[in-house]
Amino acid sequence: SHGIAGTWLGEMALCAKKRPPEEERRARANDREYNEKFQYASNCIKTSKYNILTFLPVNLFEQFQEVANTYFLFLLILQLIPQVSSLSWFTTIVPLVLVLAITAVKDATDDYFRHKSDNQVNNRQSQVLIRGSLQQEPWMNVCVGDIIKLENNQFVAADLLLLSSSEPHGLCYIETAELDGETNMKVRQAIPVTSELGDISRLAKFDGEVVCEPPNNKLDRFSGTLYWKESKFPLSNQNMLLRGCVLRNTEWCFGLVVFAGPDTKLMQNSGRTKFKRTSIDRLMNTLVLWIFGFLVCMGVILAIGNAIWEHEVGVRFQAYLPWDEAVDSAFFSGFLSFWSYIIILNTVVPISLYVSVEVIRLGHSYFINWDKKMFCAKKRTPAEARTTTLSEELGQVEYVFSDKTGTLTQNVMAFSKCSVSGRSYGVGDVFDVLGHKAELGERPEPVDFSFNPLADKKFVFWDSSLLEAVKMGDPHAHEFFRLLSLCHTVMSEEKNEGELYYKAQSPDEGALVTAARNFGFVFRSRTPKTITVHEMGTAVTYQLLAILDFNNIRKRMSVIVRNPEGRIRLYCKGADTILLDRLHPSPQELLSTTTDHLNEYAGEGLRTLVLAYKDLDEEYYGGWAQRRLQASLAQDSREDRLASVYEEVESDMVLLGATAIEDKLQQGVPETIALLTLANIKIWVLTGDKQETAVNIGYSCKMLTDDMAEVFIVTGHTVLEVREELRKAREKMLDSPHAVGNGCTCPEKRSSAKLPSVLEAVAGEYALVINGHSLAHALEADMELEFLETACACRAVICCRVTPLQKAQVVELVKKHKKAVTLAIGDGANDVSMIKAAHIGVGISGQEGIQAVLASDYSFSQFKFLQRLLLVHGRWSYLRMCKFLCYFFYKNFAFTMVHFWFGFFCGFSAQTVYDQYFITLYNIVYTSLPVLAMGVFDQDVPEQRSMEYPKLYEPGQLNLLFNKREFFICIAQGIYTSVLMFFIPYGVFAEATRDDGTQLADYQSFAVTVATSLVIVVSVQIGLDTGYWTAINHFFIWGSLAVYFAILFAMHSNGLFDMFPNQFRFVGNAQNTLAQPTVWLTITLTTAVCVMPVVAFRFLKLSLKPDLSDTVRYSQLVRKKQKAQHRCLRRVGRTSSRRSGYAFSHQEGFGELIMSGKNMRLSSLALAGFGARSSSGWLEGLRRKKSDSAGSPSAGPQKPLRG
Amino acid sequence: RRRRRLRVFCQGQQAGPLGGPPARRGAAPWGSMAMNYNAKDEVDGGPQCPPGGPAKNRRPDNTAFKQQRLPAWQPILTAGTVLPTFFIIGLIFIPIGIGIFVTSNNIREIEIDYTGTDPSSPCNKCLSPNATPCYCTINFTLEQSFEGNVFMYYGLSNFYQNHRRYVKSRDDSQLNGDSSALLNPSKECEPYRRNEDKPIAPCGAIANSMFNDTLELFLVGNESYPTPIPLKKKGIAWWTDKNVKFRNPSGGESLKERFKGTTKPVNWVKPVYMLDSEPDNNGFINEDFIVWMRTAALPTFRKLYRLIERKSDLHPTLPAGRYYLNITYNYPVHSFDGRKRMILSTISWMGGKNPFLGIAYIAIGSISFLLGVVLLVINHKYRNSSNTADIT
Repeated sequence: SHGIAGTWLGEMALCAKKRPPEEERRARANDREYNEKFQYASNCIKTSKYNILTFLPVNLFEQFQEVANTYFLFLLILQLIPQVSSLSWFTTIVPLVLVLAITAVKDATDDYFRHKSDNQVNNRQSQVLIRGSLQQEPWMNVCVGDIIKLENNQFVAADLLLLSSSEPHGLCYIETAELDGETNMKVRQAIPVTSELGDISRLAKFDGEVVCEPPNNKLDRFSGTLYWKESKFPLSNQNMLLRGCVLRNTEWCFGLVVFAGPDTKLMQNSGRTKFKRTSIDRLMNTLVLWIFGFLVCMGVILAIGNAIWEHEVGVRFQAYLPWDEAVDSAFFSGFLSFWSYIIILNTVVPISLYVSVEVIRLGHSYFINWDKKMFCAKKRTPAEARTTTLSEELGQVEYVFSDKTGTLTQNVMAFSKCSVSGRSYGVGDVFDVLGHKAELGERPEPVDFSFNPLADKKFVFWDSSLLEAVKMGDPHAHEFFRLLSLCHTVMSEEKNEGELYYKAQSPDEGALVTAARNFGFVFRSRTPKTITVHEMGTAVTYQLLAILDFNNIRKRMSVIVRNPEGRIRLYCKGADTILLDRLHPSPQELLSTTTDHLNEYAGEGLRTLVLAYKDLDEEYYGGWAQRRLQASLAQDSREDRLASVYEEVESDMVLLGATAIEDKLQQGVPETIALLTLANIKIWVLTGDKQETAVNIGYSCKMLTDDMAEVFIVTGHTVLEVREELRKAREKMLDSPHAVGNGCTCPEKRSSAKLPSVLEAVAGEYALVINGHSLAHALEADMELEFLETACACRAVICCRVTPLQKAQVVELVKKHKKAVTLAIGDGANDVSMIKAAHIGVGISGQEGIQAVLASDYSFSQFKFLQRLLLVHGRWSYLRMCKFLCYFFYKNFAFTMVHFWFGFFCGFSAQTVYDQYFITLYNIVYTSLPVLAMGVFDQDVPEQRSMEYPKLYEPGQLNLLFNKREFFICIAQGIYTSVLMFFIPYGVFAEATRDDGTQLADYQSFAVTVATSLVIVVSVQIGLDTGYWTAINHFFIWGSLAVYFAILFAMHSNGLFDMFPNQFRFVGNAQNTLAQPTVWLTITLTTAVCVMPVVAFRFLKLSLKPDLSDTVRYSQLVRKKQKAQHRCLRRVGRTSSRRSGYAFSHQEGFGELIMSGKNMRLSSLALAGFGARSSSGWLEGLRRKKSDSAGSPSAGPQKPLRG
Repeated sequence: RRRRRLRVFCQGQQAGPLGGPPARRGAAPWGSMAMNYNAKDEVDGGPQCPPGGPAKNRRPDNTAFKQQRLPAWQPILTAGTVLPTFFIIGLIFIPIGIGIFVTSNNIREIEIDYTGTDPSSPCNKCLSPNATPCYCTINFTLEQSFEGNVFMYYGLSNFYQNHRRYVKSRDDSQLNGDSSALLNPSKECEPYRRNEDKPIAPCGAIANSMFNDTLELFLVGNESYPTPIPLKKKGIAWWTDKNVKFRNPSGGESLKERFKGTTKPVNWVKPVYMLDSEPDNNGFINEDFIVWMRTAALPTFRKLYRLIERKSDLHPTLPAGRYYLNITYNYPVHSFDGRKRMILSTISWMGGKNPFLGIAYIAIGSISFLLGVVLLVINHKYRNSSNTADIT
C-alpha cells in the first residue's frame, strides 16, 4: 500500500489543476516553452475522486449530503442535551458510524480501482519526438504541442492533428469503436503540406501553430487553422485522430497533440451518468417522509400527554421527583419531551435501512455477475451488473426497447440460398414449432471446398449440388458467381499468399463476395481500372469501365466491365422489386420460377437480391460513357441526370438468378421475444435500419407473425398524413371483430388504473411499424399521446430509420406517460442516448464497440440473456426487495411503537422500554442478518419455473408486492405486534410476583421480557417470511437468536458490571428473569398471539386467492408437474406471402473512391500491375523500409497511380 | 474480418487455466459511482495482449452458492401443516391456561388499603403532614388460613417509579461501594447529589424517596393480648442484588466510618448506615433499600416487605382469624393521589396470584382451536377451487 499511497500523492500533484475556461486553443509544434504559457491540461487523466489526504473530509462531506445521514447527525446532537437525551449517545452513534464506515470502505475500494486503472493508462508508453529524437514516454508526460509517433494497432494517446503517415497522401485508417461504437474503419488524411513530413529530422523542425476551438465533446466536429510558414491551412475533423481510436492498416503516423488528457473528446464525453433511482427507491423515500410525519405526530401526542401529565400529576409528585432546574412549566416539559420522543422513536426509520437495501442490491448484482447461464463462452464475457442500485427494477419492466443490428441480429450475413437460372440451391435452417433448430438426421454435410486453395475456411454452405454445377461448368452458375465476384465495392487485402481479407462496407456484400470466392470465383485484387478474379484457378483481369453505385432510391448497383476477350458486359444486382421491372421479359418461365424462389426466401426471412446482366456493344457503351461524363459534369441536378443515365443502361437485363442472405439472428432471439411477450413485456424495436430490413427481422424473430390481425405501417411525410394513419389504425383496432387475439388467450389482468384508454384492453394482435420521418411528427407535443396510445395497443412496435435522439425520445415518451418501467438494450454508440434515457440500460458486450456498455447499467453478450436477467434475476430481486422492505418496516414498527404505549404508563417521560444496548443492537445485530439473508437468497419458485410460467413476472409490473397498501399492512401488523408486545406483559406483570415472592414487575425484568419476546416474535416472523431456507438462512436466524441470548447474558453478567457499574445496570437480570416460568409463559403467549393471525391470514389467502407463484409452489410440492400445454407460446411457423424488398445496406459513394484509386495501397496497385503474380510479405516490407529511410518525396514508385 | 480473428486469438491467450482465480472485474461494482468512462475499459477493448499479463478467467464459478442453487427447505403453508398447528396450539394452551387458572385461584391473597383517604379509616388522621410520627392500626380478618410461606408486600399506586428522570437518578457505582463515587456521586443524581456541601449517600431521587412506613402484623388470638407474627426481613432481595450489585464502601472499622464525609438523603430520617441493626443488612445492602432501588415497571406496583416463614407442616402459617396491622405512617402519598396497600399472599410455582395469564391462555387456546375449525371449514369448502387452480 506504500506504493499506492505514493502514486496517490503523486497524481494529486500531477493531475490537479484548475484553469479558467479557454476561448481558443493555441499549440505550437515542438515548442514546449511556448505552450506552457497556456497551462493546458497534461495528458494525465484522473477518474478517481480522492487521494489519501482528501479521502476522509471529502467522503464524509459527500456522505452527509445524504438526508438520512444528516438526520442522524441531528439526532446525535439532540442527544447531547441532557434534558432531552432519552437514549445514551452510543445508541445513535454506533449505527451511524457503522453506516458511514461501510460506505467509506466501499468508496475507497472503488476509488482504489479507479486509481489503478488511471495509473495503467497514464503509464502506457508512447514515442514522443523530443529535441529531434524519438523517446519513450509514459502517456501522462505527453504535452500539448508534442509530436508523437503511433504505430499500427496502437491506441491514440491524445487528440492529435495528423501530420503524416506511412500511407500515400497522408492517409491513415482508424477504428473508432471506443468512441462512437462504429466498427467500420474510417479514413483520416493529413493536410497536404504536412503529409510530406515523413522523417524525424523534418518533423523536428516543424514549427506550425494550431489555433482551434476550445475543448468540447463533439466527436464529429473540429475546426481549426494551422499557421505555418506564413500561410494558413484550414483543419477539420478529417485531419484529427482522437484519443481512444486505434490505428489500423497503417504502419505508422505522426501527430501533433492538440488536446491532452481531460481535454480530449473522449474524456469530455465521459461525464457522470445521470444517477438512476428505482421506483422502489422513490416509494421508499415517500414512505420515509410519511413515517417521519407519523413520527412527528406520535411525538406531538406524547408531548401533549407529557404536558398534561406534568400539569396534573407531575406537579404534585415533586416531593419525590422534582422537575429539572431548567424546566419551569408543564408546557416546557412537554416541549422537551417531544424531542426526547423523536429520539427514541427514530428507530422506525433506522439508518440501517438504506445500507441494507444497498447490500441486498449488491448481492443481487453479484448473482448476475456470477450467473454462468449468462456467460457467453464464445466471447468469454460474463454478464455484468455495472450499476448495483437497480436490481429490483429489473423485476418491473414493462417496455423493452431494443436496437436491431448487433442486438437482435449478429450483424453477420450468411450466404444461405440462391436461385440460379430457375433452380434453387441451399438448405435453410429447419425450424420446428417452438422455434428451435431441428436436429435433423438427414441434414447434409457442409460442402467441401477443399478443391479451392483460396477458399474461406469459415464459409459454410449446405447444398453440394451447386458446387457440382459449378464444377461441371454450368455457364449460368459461372456467370452467377462471376457477377458476384465483380459487382461489388469490396476491397481485398492479401498479406500472405492465399490469405485474402475482404474489407466490405456492408456485411451483405462481404458474404456475397466470399460465397463467390469459395465457389471458385475469387476476387483477388482491384485497381481503379481493373478487377482481378481467379476463375476456377485461372487469373482473369477484367477492365472496370464503370461502377453505377448504390443508393437508396436506385436500390441496385451495377458494374460495367470488359473481359479479356474484349466483350463489354453490365452486371447488376439489386432489390427484387426494382430489378424485376428492368429485366428482359423473354424467358417468362425463368422469371416466374425465380419469383417463386424469391417469395420462398423472403418467407424464411432471408434478404434477397436479384442478379442480372446485360451485354453492351462497344458502340453503345461509347455513347453511354459520353452521356455519363456529361451528366457527371453537369452543374445543376447532377444526381438526377446521372440517375437517368444509369436508368437507361440498366434495362432489358437478363436474369441470372437470386441470392438469399440470412441476417443471422443472435441465438435464441425468437424464443426470448416470445417469452418476454408472454410475460406481458412489450417489445419495441428501434432501429436505424430501413423499414424493409426491420420488418423482415421483425418476422424472423417472431415479433411479427402472420397470425397478427394487421400490421400498421405509418410512413406519412406530413403531420396530417401521420395523424390520419394513426387514426385509421386505432379505428381498425376498435372495429375489429376478433378483439381477442388468436393463438394465445392469456387474459389481460391489468388493473384499470394503469390503462388510460380502452384500446389496450383490445388485446388484438396488432403491430405498428413507423419510420423516422413519421416518428418525428408523431413525437411532436400535440401528437405524442395519440401515437403512444396507438403504439401501446399493439403487440409489437417497430420504429425504423430513427436517429439516436429519436430513440431516446421514444423512451422518454413511454417513461413519461405510461409510468412504466422501461428497459433499453443496444450495442452501439447510437443506442447510448436510449440506454441512458431508459430506467434500465442494457449494453450488449463482447461487440467491438463498448460505448453502449459504458453507458449501460447491465451488460451481457447475448440478447437471449435478457429473459434470464428479467424473468429470473429481476423477478427474484423484486420479490426479495419487497419482502425485505415489508419485513423491515414491520420489525421496526413492532420494536418502536412499544415505547408509545409505554409512554402512557410512565408519565410520557420518554422512558424506553428496553435496555439501551438492546436498542443499539436490535437493528444492527439481532435482526439484521436474517432479513438480509432473506433479501439476498430468497426464492419463491425455482428459476426454471419462472421461465416456464412467464406470467409470474406480472406482480412486478403491477407493483403488487410492495406498494402503499402493502406498506400500511406491514405497519398495521407492526403496530398490532407492538400493542401485544406491551399489553400482554403488562397484563401479566401488573400484580404478579415471582416464584420466590419478590416483585416481578420491576422495570428491568419487564424490559428483558418484552425484548426477548420481541426478538422471538420477529424471528418467527422472518421464519414465516423466508420461503427458501438455505443453510445461510438457518445460520442467521438461529444465530441471531443465539447471539441475542449470548449478548443478553454477557451484558447482564457480573464481570461487566464490576468494571462499569453505571453502564451495565442490568446485572443479574437475565438469569433472574429468564428463570421464571411466568416469563416464558408470557413470551410464548405473546409469540402465539402475534403470529397466529398472520398464519391464518396467509393460509386463507393461499387457499382462497392464491397467487400464481403460490400455485406453482404448491404444484411443485405435490409433484404435479404441469404439462407444457399451459404455456401459451405462440405458434411460430409461418407461411408468408411477403415479398422481401430488401437491398444491401451500404452507403453510396464507395464506388467513387474505388474509381479514384485514392484508398488503394501501393502494394495492391503494384500487384495489379504484375497481374496475377503474387506479392510476398518480405518484398512489401522491403519496399516499405526503403521508403522510410529514404524519406524523400521524390521516391518515384511511391507516387500513386492516378486513375 | 481480419481484426475479429485477431481479437479471438488475443483473448484466447489472455484466458488462463480453468482453475485460475476469478479476476476482480475492472469496472466498479457500486453503481452509484458508475462513471461513463473507465480507463480500464480502454485497455480491455484493445487488441494488445501483453504476453506476460495476468491470466484471467472470466467464467463464473459453477458453485451452488454463486448459481443460487443452494439446497434449501421451502416450507409452504398447506392445510396439512397449518390446521394441525392451530389445533395443537389450542390443545396445548387450554390445559395450560386451566392449570394456571386453578393454581392462581388456589393462592390466598388479601389486600388492605391503608392510605387513609377514607375518613372512616383509622389512618385518616395521618394524612396531615404535621402528625409525625403517626401510628394507626387496621383490623382485618382472614376467612381462610394461609399455608406455606406467606409474603407480605407493600403496594403503591400512581407512583411513577418508571419515570425517566426518576429511573436514571441513581449512581450504581456509589451503590456498588466505589469510594470515589461515594464522595463524588454521578450528575444523574441531581438534585439529590449533594446536600449542605456533602455528597449524599445514597444519592438520587430513587433513594431519596425510599418507602419508610413500618408494618407490623398481630394475630388476635384467644388470649388477652395479641400474638405478633414474626416477620423476616432478610431474603427478600435478589441474590445478585444483595451480593453483586449493592456493596458497602470498603475501609473503616464501622459502617459509619466507611460512610464518613457523606450525608443522608434529604427525606431520610436516619443515615444509610443506621437502616438496620444487623451489619449484614445495613448500609447499601439493606434489603428494604435494595428492594426499593429495583424500580417498578408500572406506576402501580407491589414490593416485597417481609417474609412469614412456615413454622411446621401441621399448623398453617397464618390461621384464619382476626388480625390487626400496626402501621407507622411516614410515607405521604396523598398529595399525588397515591394509594398504599399491605398485601399478604401465598405463592405457587408460578409466583403470586395471576388471573390474567390463565385466562389469556384459555382464551388464546380457544381462539386458536376455533380458528382451526373455521379454516378447516373454509379450506374444505373452497379446496376444489384452490388446489386445482390452473396455472395460466
